[in-house]
Amino acid sequence: MSANAYIAADSGTGETFVLNLGPQHPATHGVLRVKLTMDGEYIRRAEPVCGYIHRMHEKMGENRTWAQFLPNTSRIDYLSAMAYTQAYVARVERAARLAVPPRAEYIRVITCELNRISSHLVWFGAFLLDLGGFTPLLYAFDDREKILDLLEAITGSRLTYCYYRFGGLCNDVDKDFIEGSRAFVAHMRPRLELYRKLVTDNIILRKRLEGIGPISAQMCRRYGATGPVIRGSGVAYDVRKVEPYSAYPEFDFDIPVFKEGDCMARYLVRMEEIRQSLRIVEQALDRLPEGPVMAEKVPRTLKIPPGDYCFAVEAARGRFAVRLVSDGTDTPYRVKLRTPSFSNLSLFEEASRDMMLPDALALMGSLDLVIPDIDR
Amino acid sequence: MSLAEPIRLLLFLAGILGFVALNAAYLVWVERKGAGRFQRRPGPTEVGYAGLLQPLADGLKLLSKQLIVPPGADGVLFRLAPLMVMAPAMMCLAVIPFSETLVARDLNVGLVMVFAFGSINVLALLLGGWASRNKYAIISAARVVSQDVAYEIPMLLAVITVMMVTGTLNLGEIVQQQEGGCWRWNLFRLEANPLMPVTFLIFYICMLAETNRAPFDMAEAESELVAGAFTEYAGMGFGVFFMAEYANIAVGCCLAAVLFLGGWQSPIGVFPGLFWFLLKVYLLVFSVIWVRWTFPRTQFYGLLNLSWKILIPLSLFTLVLTSAAMKVW
Amino acid sequence: MTLSLQELAGRFSQLCPPAQAQEVDYAARGFHLDALVQPGQVVAAAELLDQCGFALDTITGMDWLEAGEMEVVYDYFHPQAATRAAVRARLPRREPEIPTIGAVFPGANWHERETHDFFGIRFLGHPDLTPLLLPEDADFHPLRKDFAP
Repeated sequence: MSANAYIAADSGTGETFVLNLGPQHPATHGVLRVKLTMDGEYIRRAEPVCGYIHRMHEKMGENRTWAQFLPNTSRIDYLSAMAYTQAYVARVERAARLAVPPRAEYIRVITCELNRISSHLVWFGAFLLDLGGFTPLLYAFDDREKILDLLEAITGSRLTYCYYRFGGLCNDVDKDFIEGSRAFVAHMRPRLELYRKLVTDNIILRKRLEGIGPISAQMCRRYGATGPVIRGSGVAYDVRKVEPYSAYPEFDFDIPVFKEGDCMARYLVRMEEIRQSLRIVEQALDRLPEGPVMAEKVPRTLKIPPGDYCFAVEAARGRFAVRLVSDGTDTPYRVKLRTPSFSNLSLFEEASRDMMLPDALALMGSLDLVIPDIDR
Repeated sequence: MSLAEPIRLLLFLAGILGFVALNAAYLVWVERKGAGRFQRRPGPTEVGYAGLLQPLADGLKLLSKQLIVPPGADGVLFRLAPLMVMAPAMMCLAVIPFSETLVARDLNVGLVMVFAFGSINVLALLLGGWASRNKYAIISAARVVSQDVAYEIPMLLAVITVMMVTGTLNLGEIVQQQEGGCWRWNLFRLEANPLMPVTFLIFYICMLAETNRAPFDMAEAESELVAGAFTEYAGMGFGVFFMAEYANIAVGCCLAAVLFLGGWQSPIGVFPGLFWFLLKVYLLVFSVIWVRWTFPRTQFYGLLNLSWKILIPLSLFTLVLTSAAMKVW
Repeated sequence: MTLSLQELAGRFSQLCPPAQAQEVDYAARGFHLDALVQPGQVVAAAELLDQCGFALDTITGMDWLEAGEMEVVYDYFHPQAATRAAVRARLPRREPEIPTIGAVFPGANWHERETHDFFGIRFLGHPDLTPLLLPEDADFHPLRKDFAP
């Protein structure tokens, strides 16, 4: 039940003050400033001010060759780096007509899904931290360490991976990775049960999230919000199913959709997505084909035919799309990055009107924002 | 007047100050170790064996920091607030019976005195938040006042219920009534109050809320209000607030042990009373710490609703039930 | 979406003046429909796509220095029908002005601010064109091809 059931939202004194949820604040997940015009405990207007970590990746794209931009893609959303690199690499490959071997596609799917699980675990810990439950963060990070160890062994990085290359991967995976991934899947499933019993079924959490921060499907559509935000509002939109790419059409997985549109729905979508990602990883490991992981004859300086090209993937936060414009040279003419957190945050101003501060923070946590993703 | 009385009072004063200081310092250690273990990590281990010197190191660090008074803050009130938070905890301990002979002042209105001084805690937090001239602190101060006022009422109703059962306000006598084994504790005096365990639970919840402990720590909601009423306090000013929070928890648990769990009465009569008293108090303190690291925070209106719409009717009901039961039997 | 791609392209040609919308090879280019409209028609195009149930993907700009033009590209995607549409409008480079579509898609508010930051394109009717990502006092537009720091 929302606060409006108890106290009328318009019963405020009419005297407002401005509270800065400043760039340095435990709850803003990064350098985001939200200017709150508040009337007592009610938010009359919430104006996010971003740009504190704006690094202008789009301009960097114009000054580098196609291959030199690859590390940039990981740093846009550092928690979901594999999916972002996938979008860029797949777009260039399609434009340059490079055929990616099936083993590379499968490994791309496995690493993307493992990355998605680790990103959701970070969200889980940080969200509970916002709500005052300090302990699940450490449990989630414990599980996440296992994923990071696996990915570090094959990519060399713990967070900002640059594993994909045009035409495939930079190196193959070994037996340790495959066995380790299987062991992780077996370990994670009972952990999800533990999280359900300890956290999801907790009455305080339910009261904190149920009915809070409703976002309608219409609002999602008008703002372009995607990912768990739109799936928590009843629309089964997942780029992996609607516009399939890579090896996803060969796997059997469900898209979790909840109709209520409140914070609890978005929470449940993400927890269920972890379960579905485990399914995908398991199927991919079972059916991993042998073969090379790199296409033959990838030109040293890649050039793609002039024109504009788009590609979208389902990152952990939503739909990440890249629009590349090429003029035939070896550097892009324009790189446009469409990031999910940007669109997801843009609806915060309208969605948080007349909410109380703790509920607005729960809403912001449930949107799962990564600030470098907004600012690029 | 002979010389023994002032010396006795001085010794007790030193003892209480020592108890409060030791508790404030080492309950922090227990909290950090406990938090660590609940979160599957070791907690402080570097300073001293198992981190036992950590509170000393923290105290030294806080003492060596500059005491900053923000410009525009009310200087007197700002400096007064930490003192006002610490003093009531110490004063309440003067009437709590630690064992048959260890009580500083055996007042006949001991129970009332504890609650009178306990309310000053609220005032001090309000002053601290108000005098800081910081919007986060003011929001937190407003929340503290509404929360603490809301939870004083069921707490007092629960205590009145106990008082009706025991018939005395003297804490020493309350403990003495509970001698003779576990089943004689007030918690199990169901013939006088059939819902006595419920009363204990109400008292425990209100004690958590009065000391601003999670899940009722809205006033200091770290992820929303940075540090709430303490935001502008630096160095030892913050240190005193911090210590006072643990001192208040200790006082609350002492009171719960005295009122419900038999104080220094031992169930098997082997060890001295002081040992049993401290055991009960520290078991309760451990449960308070456990609760903090397990549950998320409630919303503010949920918290107030719990008090006004659930705890107050429930405690009123138990009060009426107790008086009816006592009339009948 | 109940319309097919041809019907949607046909609707574009019913705008006044008619806009040319053509189907695009999805496998090669990554989107389905590409429509070129006059700057004054972007709101009508947005309304058309809103009625068909499209969601706003992104708005961005392109600087064609040699042609002396800037281009605003509106990307839309349909949540159910796996269709992506791109609507473009070309503006003269010296006076790049175009009406805002914020009344139809409220999410355009931030995308247009960002495009203004990077290219200097003015969106007429936008409530607040202050810099979103660049510093508040920035008066330069980094993604212009003649930008020199």
